[in-house]
Formats: sequence, structure tokens, C-alpha cells
Amino acid sequence: MNIFVLLKRTFDTEEKITIANGSINEDGAEFIINPYDEYAVEEAIQVRDEHGGEVTVVTVGGEDAEKQLRTALAMGADKAVLINVEDDLEVCDQYTTAKIIAEYLKDKEPDLVIAGNVAIDNGTGQVGPRVADLLGIPYITTITDLKIDGNHVSVVRDVEGDEEKIEATLPLLVTAQQGLNEPRYPSLPGIMKAKKKPLEELELDDLDIDEEDVEAKTKTIEVYLPPKREAGKILEGELKDQVQELVSLLHKEAKVV
Amino acid sequence: MGRKVLVLAEVKDGNLRNVSYEAIAAAKTVSEGGEVVGVLLGESVRNLAEGLIHYGADRVVVVENDKLSNYSSDGFSQAFIAVVNEEDPEAIIFGHTSLGKDLSPKVASKQDAGLISDVIDVEVAGDNVVFTRPIYSGKAFEKKIVTDGIIFATVRPNNIAPLDKDESRSGDVSTLEVEIKDLRTIIKEVVRKASEGVDLSEAKVVVAGGRGVKSADGFKPLQELADVLGGAVGASRGACDAGFCDYSLQIGQTGKVVTPDLYIACGISGAIQHLAGMSNSKVIVAINKDPEANIFKVADYGIVGDLFEVVPLLTEEFKKLKVNA
Repeated sequence: MNIFVLLKRTFDTEEKITIANGSINEDGAEFIINPYDEYAVEEAIQVRDEHGGEVTVVTVGGEDAEKQLRTALAMGADKAVLINVEDDLEVCDQYTTAKIIAEYLKDKEPDLVIAGNVAIDNGTGQVGPRVADLLGIPYITTITDLKIDGNHVSVVRDVEGDEEKIEATLPLLVTAQQGLNEPRYPSLPGIMKAKKKPLEELELDDLDIDEEDVEAKTKTIEVYLPPKREAGKILEGELKDQVQELVSLLHKEAKVV
Repeated sequence: MGRKVLVLAEVKDGNLRNVSYEAIAAAKTVSEGGEVVGVLLGESVRNLAEGLIHYGADRVVVVENDKLSNYSSDGFSQAFIAVVNEEDPEAIIFGHTSLGKDLSPKVASKQDAGLISDVIDVEVAGDNVVFTRPIYSGKAFEKKIVTDGIIFATVRPNNIAPLDKDESRSGDVSTLEVEIKDLRTIIKEVVRKASEGVDLSEAKVVVAGGRGVKSADGFKPLQELADVLGGAVGASRGACDAGFCDYSLQIGQTGKVVTPDLYIACGISGAIQHLAGMSNSKVIVAINKDPEANIFKVADYGIVGDLFEVVPLLTEEFKKLKVNA
């Protein structure tokens, strides 16, 4: 089975966000594999271990993303591909990223493509479905269970807390929801092996992509931080009085109930 | 100038979802006096068209087909794109719901278009339609415009106020016949697990529990409080990881981002990753035994105490308020 994972390097969830010169300040921040993509990597490894084949992890980004790709290789992926757009593209949106990935995948004959259902930085969830559409294959988003039997796929999809049981056939793209699996930590031998696994670096030229063909359709014109929330009122006195005061404040002062 | 804007209406359990009215309000702004066209897709949905018009749609296009009885990206995209081809709109608005998130990228891809997802505000500035959206789960915000092609956005539930309902409004309701073929993903079964009625992302009141609830049973008093307030129950990652509740309830940077009028955090310490998912709520109440807990730094009102004592008292007090109201 020919399995591809779409991976993004993101800020660590415990990072505070600051802005410098009108954009998000990345200096000194810790970066991780987007948590939803971690589920995708884990699922791909499990499918390969059960059905055979190969797992290739693909990312679009800059040189720095090599670290996250090596982590995925250490978890057990077989190959990694970094499509480095650092020198070619100043602005990237989901249209851009999806076009580049689809261009890379179009002659790879993937059986299964797994992505995270959303990245925790930009939070759009567009790239997976867009790639599937460009490849002409079906997709199922936010899955919490995946079973493959030959060409046949059974999936459980999370729909705002309800579950849809869906059937489809390969080739297929799915996006991972929390609960799909428990991603493994890279083992020490895994980390040693990962150093020797193939990591291919490509640029747009290698994919015969013209920058104009993938030019972003949207533009960010301003980035700002929300007003800082001030600590409010800690109530005091007998518990029963506190509760009465709270209900009264919510009703009369905040007017939310 | 005036733009023609298509709005995909969303139906759940035979009713229009609130986010559809909010999407109409957003579309009204985008249209700048042009036309707002509601789009209804389903097996038997024509009876809902009037509701869209009462909330501001100028007219409604209905596509009815038995292949649209359940949502599928293949079926709904074929139907919606048929409407796009017929109407040739300048803009499209969806709700940023499970359905909207799944369908909008495919429609955008088919139109070779950009897409601005999860919008919480829209304004017109000169020639530009400017959309505001959270990034890093609300740790920051960005303003975005579409630079090329059709304007396409999804709006987050609960953020854009719907227009006032006006039952005297009327408008044309037309039907478009669409042949739907090649559904490649088939829904075999839908298992209802979500709490009855109120959807977490659309709830006006959210009562959330953390590790402090100690067990699955510990969520019971929270559910009772949520029921009295017509709200929904949520949870922190800590509570989900500990197995007290389903991951579908998780609020945070991984999980759902919620912006209710009232957020009651019970036994939640307030890790940065959780705060990202709820700190844009209108009013935050924190209940925690630890007076040093981080959650108190973002709370408007705080009670230092055991949630198992505080929450039931709070439920009783709200009941009294409802009776007297």
C-alpha cells in the first residue's frame, strides 16, 4: 500500500503568541508536528504494519521543517519529502499549498493519503479536501476510526460529537480527528534509524511549477493580538452567599442569563 | 455596485441551523445592497425556504434529490456547483460547521478559488471585503481579503448577529433540477452521541469540566447546570485524556474553540492550550479549589471552592432565578 501523510510544522500549543513588525514572532518559539498530523503519521504507520507498503511524509515549507520530518521518520515513516518554497514564494495560502502537494502526488499513485483535519496555527482545514479534489479522489474528514479490507474502507467520522459510519474504496484521502489513535513517541533506535532514512528536498522547479500558477488567492492585511483579559472579581464570604452574588452579577451586571 | 451572494443554508433535524441566519447577515454586508440568495439542498427542504427569507435572503434556490438525504461531499458539491453555474455569484458564504468545513474546500477547489475559513467578522473597506478570523485558536487574529476570483468565506457560529426576523418579507423560491451521480462515500449509519439539543459550538452557555471533575460521573452536576441554563457541556484536554469524557467535548487549541456568552470553567487549571479555546467568550466564570489556578487570570468572576459543592448550589440558584423570571 502506497501511503502518503501531509504534515505541517506548527508552533507548540503551549507557546504564547507575540507580534513583531506586523507578523507573528517566531524567534525562540518551539515548533512541533501539528498535533492532528501526528495522528495521521501514527495511523499511516499502523496501516502499513498491517497491510504492508510504504509511508511517505510530505510537507511544504522551509528548511526548518526537516526537524519535524525527521521526527515522523523516527516514529516509523519510511521516507520524507520537503517541498521547500522558502526562496520561491513570499505568500502562501491554502490554495497554494494544496496545488503544490497535488502536483507532487499526481504521478505517485497514492492508495491512501492521510492528513490532520486542521492545523492549529491557521486553522482552516482546507488543504486535505483541496488536495483530494485536485487528485480526483474522494475524501472523508475528521475520522476517528479507519479499517481497510482489500480495496474496501470503513471509517467512523466525527460530526460535532455524533458518529457517521461511512464506506468507501481506495484510493482515498482521510483527515485525522483526535481520538483516532495514540501517537507513539519516537524510540531511541527509531531516532538513530531516522537519520539514515531518505529525506528528499524539492523546489517548485523540480515539480515544473510556475510561481504564478500557485499564486495565493487571499492575502493577510493585518495581524493583531486580542485585548488582554484582566483578572476579574474573586468572590468572598460564605459559599452560599458567593453563589447568590455570582448569579446576581451574571443576571444584573453581565446580563448573560 | 452590489454583489450577488450565495448562502448555503444548513438543515439539522428538519430545522434551519442558527448559523444559516448568521451567514445571511454576513452575506448582506458582503452584498453591499446586491442580492442575497439562499441555497437549500436536501431530500425535502423546500418548506424551509420561507425562514431564510424572513431572516434576510432575497430569494431561495432549492435543490431536492433523494441522493441529498444525507450529507456527502460528492453529492452536495455537485448540487451546490450546479447552483453556482446557474447563478454566477460574486461571493459565497457557508457556516463554519462540520458540513461547511468539509464542503467549502472542495467547492473552492472546483472554482479555482481562494477561501477564507472560520470568519468572526466581516466589513467593507473601500473596494475590499475584509474578513476577521482567529489564528492560533484565538491567541491572535488576522484580517484577510480575497485578491483574485470569487469571494468565499465560512462564518463561525455564534459570532455574527443575525438580522431581525421579519415575517412580512417575501421572495421568490425556485427549484433547480440536478442529476447527482457517483457518490463515492456512503453513510451506512449515524450514531447519535452528542448531548441532546444544544451543540457545543453554537451554545450560548458552556459549562466545562477539567481534571477536577475526577470521573465520568463527576460531569453529572455540570450537565445539570448546563440543562438549567440551556447550555452545553465541554471539557479540558486533561479531562478527556483522563477518560472522563469523549474527545468531541474537548475545548482548546486541540479540540473546539468556543465563544459563548457565558463560560463556566469547573475544576479547570487553565493551561495555555485550553485558554486558546475559550478566552474569547463574553463572560468567564471560574470555579477552582486552587486560588493560584491560571484560569482565575482570565475569569470575570471567580469562586475559590470545591466544584462539587459550588456547582449544585449554582444550579439551585439559577433554578430560582428562572422561576422568578
